[in-house]
Amino acid sequence: MERKRMSNTGELGYLFDWVESVQVKVRELVGEWKDREGNLIMILHAIQNEFGYVPRGVANELAKELGISLARIYEVITFYHYFRLVPPGQHNVQVCTGTACYLKGSSELIEELEKRLGVTEGEALPDSEFHLETVRCIGCCGMAPAIVIDGETHGRLCQKDVAGILENQRRGKRV
Amino acid sequence: MKVLKASDIREYAQSGTEKGPWIRVGMDTGGIAAGAKAVYEALVEAREEAGASIRIEKVGSLGLAYADPVVVFQCESGPPVVFGSMNPDSARELIANHCRKGVLLEDRVMASRDRGESLEGGEQLAILVKDTSAGKHGDRTEFFQQMIQDELDFYGLKSTIRVYRALDMGLYNKGVCLQLLPSRVTYGGVSGPDIRHIIKESLRGGTILEDLLVRGSDPQERIVLRNCGQIDPDSIESYLRADGYSGLVRSLTEMTPEEVIEELKVSGLRGRGGAGFPTWIKWSKTREPQADRKFVICNADEGDPGAFMDRSVLEGDPHAVLEGLMLSAYAIGADKGFFYIRAEYPLAVERVQRAIDQAREAGLLGENILGTDFSFDAEVRLGAGAFVCGEETALIASIEGRRGSPEPRPPYPSVKGLWGKPTSINNVETLAAASAILEKGGAWYSGFGTEKSRGTKVFAVTGKVRNSQLVEVPMGIPIRTIIEDICGGAGTESPIKAVQTGGPSGGVIPLQHMDTAVSYESLQSLGSIMGSGGMLVMDEKDCMVDVAKFYLNFCVDESCGKCAPCRVGGFQMLQLLEKIHSGEGSMDDIEAIRQICRCMQTASLCGLGQTAPNPVLSTLKYFNNEYIALIEKDKPLAKAGLDLSEEGASW
Repeated sequence: MERKRMSNTGELGYLFDWVESVQVKVRELVGEWKDREGNLIMILHAIQNEFGYVPRGVANELAKELGISLARIYEVITFYHYFRLVPPGQHNVQVCTGTACYLKGSSELIEELEKRLGVTEGEALPDSEFHLETVRCIGCCGMAPAIVIDGETHGRLCQKDVAGILENQRRGKRV
Repeated sequence: MKVLKASDIREYAQSGTEKGPWIRVGMDTGGIAAGAKAVYEALVEAREEAGASIRIEKVGSLGLAYADPVVVFQCESGPPVVFGSMNPDSARELIANHCRKGVLLEDRVMASRDRGESLEGGEQLAILVKDTSAGKHGDRTEFFQQMIQDELDFYGLKSTIRVYRALDMGLYNKGVCLQLLPSRVTYGGVSGPDIRHIIKESLRGGTILEDLLVRGSDPQERIVLRNCGQIDPDSIESYLRADGYSGLVRSLTEMTPEEVIEELKVSGLRGRGGAGFPTWIKWSKTREPQADRKFVICNADEGDPGAFMDRSVLEGDPHAVLEGLMLSAYAIGADKGFFYIRAEYPLAVERVQRAIDQAREAGLLGENILGTDFSFDAEVRLGAGAFVCGEETALIASIEGRRGSPEPRPPYPSVKGLWGKPTSINNVETLAAASAILEKGGAWYSGFGTEKSRGTKVFAVTGKVRNSQLVEVPMGIPIRTIIEDICGGAGTESPIKAVQTGGPSGGVIPLQHMDTAVSYESLQSLGSIMGSGGMLVMDEKDCMVDVAKFYLNFCVDESCGKCAPCRVGGFQMLQLLEKIHSGEGSMDDIEAIRQICRCMQTASLCGLGQTAPNPVLSTLKYFNNEYIALIEKDKPLAKAGLDLSEEGASW
């Protein structure tokens, strides 16, 4: 969603534009799901795909759009691990903590990533370049231990591979 | 694709696979992560450059996770050859050399596990060699390769027979092994002087050296994985050519729903999601009640850490699962089905969605399917990362758009399920097996397995094992055969200590019980469960208290919090385990843990809480000494490097 300020409107104008654009976006995302039974989780997936997380303002609009309470939406968002309430970083690093990865040293990878990125797991720093989180099994147990960076899986890692992977990712995005 | 008639589907099945040379690239999540996309692109590019006419297909996983990316090549004649650990360079080499000059790829070619026992029918053209005991005394593969080449030279055979180092022989700790191609006759425990005999007698004389011959082929039996790695998962035609949807045709046109259920009964198929409830009973219980609507659900929310069976089936053969779901709908009288798939498996979601779209286009979903009275449609619903949604009632709540909290049963979903209607929920593997059963018959399926556990089971073997991979074996084969013969045994210098099955709901099986035959009953009697089929191999460096803590931590984190035994009990037990693990524990804590376990097992609302104590209890049972060592000696036994060999026979 773009936060462009219109040329001849003030702060308030910007706010109105923003609210309106959220409304439009939410309506678009609700789209075909509107009248289908049990649609909430699917709509939340669509919202997270769009924004990278579920922003409060969007959840508010969604409540109005579907005619349900905000509490009902938050009840669902907070129950499931997949949904996020804070924006992800520019690059998203997910460390798999399935059993195979755990046995083969995923905790050492987390340690190394925390050291290199200066963030702790699950912590969201505003404007941070990398967002570090742990995830349940990604089903790539044959390549344990594995991490996923921006949707790309890297497997059979050891501590010393981490620096190179991060550097590649940084450079890849700058070009 | 046009709307299919029953006769069209039969025609496809008879037309068989397309002829001509082909190359298949394993493009599941694991393969792609290992670089299969780049290999695929390099293959296509090299083919164009060479102007060769070879079909290059994207397929699902062959199950050989340890060798990803995997490529299978079928030339004009001879059996298909599997190449592992491929990269773009070797892909180009494959096109340039293998296709044109019949040259295999050194260190990439994998020996066939279907071993030949006869040399009849033509001359041998190649020898694969590998020192399968490599590691202990250094790798002698190259030395033997040279020796064989010299020997061939001596007999003037150097130009007719080539020698290649193999990536994998499918044999482990059997010394130097040789496989002759194309006969696939395999010799094991080969020593220097044997080389001359092999060349003289087998290659020139055409006789088998009985004392060196390795008999017995792969103990695997592929039913659920029948098409994985064989067909293009994105193409309904590819599935149809592999006899796909013929079980549906047979059921809809020749059988009543009762007969379909009867076929399942004959097959003896039990739910592959974990509990092992007979599938036919579930279907017939859902068929019984009168209702205006009924639903079927495919539970594809594989949440067990360390398991990837369902993901591989969905990514490799989505139509087979869809066909199974349609069959279950026909049997119980449902008109709507849902795939509940983990959002963490985007490729599986994509392929299942495509399969649904293709089936709808072909008229296999929708109104009056194949011109019968049966109408059915399916759609995908995404999970959102909640392990408890593996529990039927929680899964239903999640599809309804609510928190995944389980409900007390009864009423069972077969009476009151999704939106209050009778609902049948089956696991991915169960449905894939069901489509095979309706195609080939229940009696055929029941020919595999044991008395009470019929058929085959897919296991995802990972952890400290040499070859992490997917295996499908008939029930009743010893755990040792899976771990040692198929997967190559220990993956580290340290010997294997235990195998954990069933994920957080299962338990550890120590070395001394490795010869137990796998079945629902046998694993249960050892204090573990079959579960969905995860098999985690642990070596002597793994601390069992730590492992118990890992699984319990998972369950505590995943507890929905609805019932106290699970919410409070799990948390308190974890505190005690952490206390013991940090060296602060006492023997009283162990007694307290046992008490909490009993309480959770009997009083928890759903399976998550009832089974969460399993990893703790089984480690207490078999590795009590490690708990005691932590309590008394203040250091973990396994990590302290103490000799555990007297605890059981070495692996």
